[in-house]
Amino acid sequence: MAEPWTTAAHRLFKKHNIRTVGYVPDAGLTELIKSCHADNDIKSVVMTTEEEGIGLSSGAWLGGEKAAVLMQSSGVGNTVNAIASIVSSCQFPLFMIVTMRGQYGESNPWQMPMGQAVAPVLKSLGMHVFEVETDDEAAEAIEAGLKMAFVSNAAVAILIGQKLIGAKSFIADVAEEVINVDN
Amino acid sequence: MSITKLNRSDVLNKLMEVRGNALAIAGLGSPVWDLAASDHQPENFYNWGGMGCAISMGLGCALAQPKRNVWVITGDGEALMGVGSFATVANQRPDNLVIIILDNEHYGETGMQKTHTSGGTDLAAMAAGAGIPTTMTVHNDEDLNNLINALKTSPLPLVASIKVESTKPKLVLPSRDGVYIKTRFRQAVLGSTAALHVT
Repeated sequence: MAEPWTTAAHRLFKKHNIRTVGYVPDAGLTELIKSCHADNDIKSVVMTTEEEGIGLSSGAWLGGEKAAVLMQSSGVGNTVNAIASIVSSCQFPLFMIVTMRGQYGESNPWQMPMGQAVAPVLKSLGMHVFEVETDDEAAEAIEAGLKMAFVSNAAVAILIGQKLIGAKSFIADVAEEVINVDN
Repeated sequence: MSITKLNRSDVLNKLMEVRGNALAIAGLGSPVWDLAASDHQPENFYNWGGMGCAISMGLGCALAQPKRNVWVITGDGEALMGVGSFATVANQRPDNLVIIILDNEHYGETGMQKTHTSGGTDLAAMAAGAGIPTTMTVHNDEDLNNLINALKTSPLPLVASIKVESTKPKLVLPSRDGVYIKTRFRQAVLGSTAALHVT
């Protein structure tokens, strides 16, 4: 069985000397966030908005360290100007892992529009976007993306597909009982 | 309260006397010109864009350089746009991060429209509410001396909102080339080999 992508991501963060991980949580990021928090060599920074991750990552690089930024797909919308104005203008490295919503099996219609916009928006900013749907593909793309970001001053986003994470089921995951109103 | 507000360049000049070897990150707009006028040096990072990110950038730098103090010099509008960063900074508690807000209560680069701080919003109180251990609003010279004292003795991180007059500062412009500003900063902080080569 393939190494889970979250385990691979943490292993590759260590290999590539990622010292700061900024995140806004997503269910799909749970295991990776846990392993970063459990790692004393990684400063795990919970952020109030994904935009902070762009400042955080750029600031870490100014101080000589590498950072990674984790977010759900909807959070990508909060990062746009910071990526364009700071990362692109200064050619800061940027490495983001985005867990996708609004894709395969989505059950919340409000997630659909931003989920569909993520890849074209990031590409329009000049980012390198790798969309992955298996653990092996994810590990390979994370390794390649870390090299590109920190050796080639590139801005890279790994989009972890909903097919890999699994679509969230409100009934099973969130509540013991569901009551519908607006009937 | 004094009717005459502090002058922003006087404030910056006075603060830079006690900067020591702190790294400085300026938020976009007048704080960039202020920092360039008062203490232009390679260990300044000037943001010409990315409004709302100066504090999170300062946090990233402070976490990466725990042995150096990092000073974020920014404006009230810039700080308000990224105001959640007060909470993020407070949660990390970097004991080397100072956030100085030159609060002229206006958006200085866009036609001097009023910001929220002109309508009762208190940035120091917001920072305190976020959990920043040392916060203050500076209205006059005495307060400014208290800030200078706090920079030496009070627990960091610190957020100071300094009420300054809303005059346009002298335009002292650093390079607009972001790649140059970034690389110059890294060379100064890390040395050329680490700044220019893959390590």
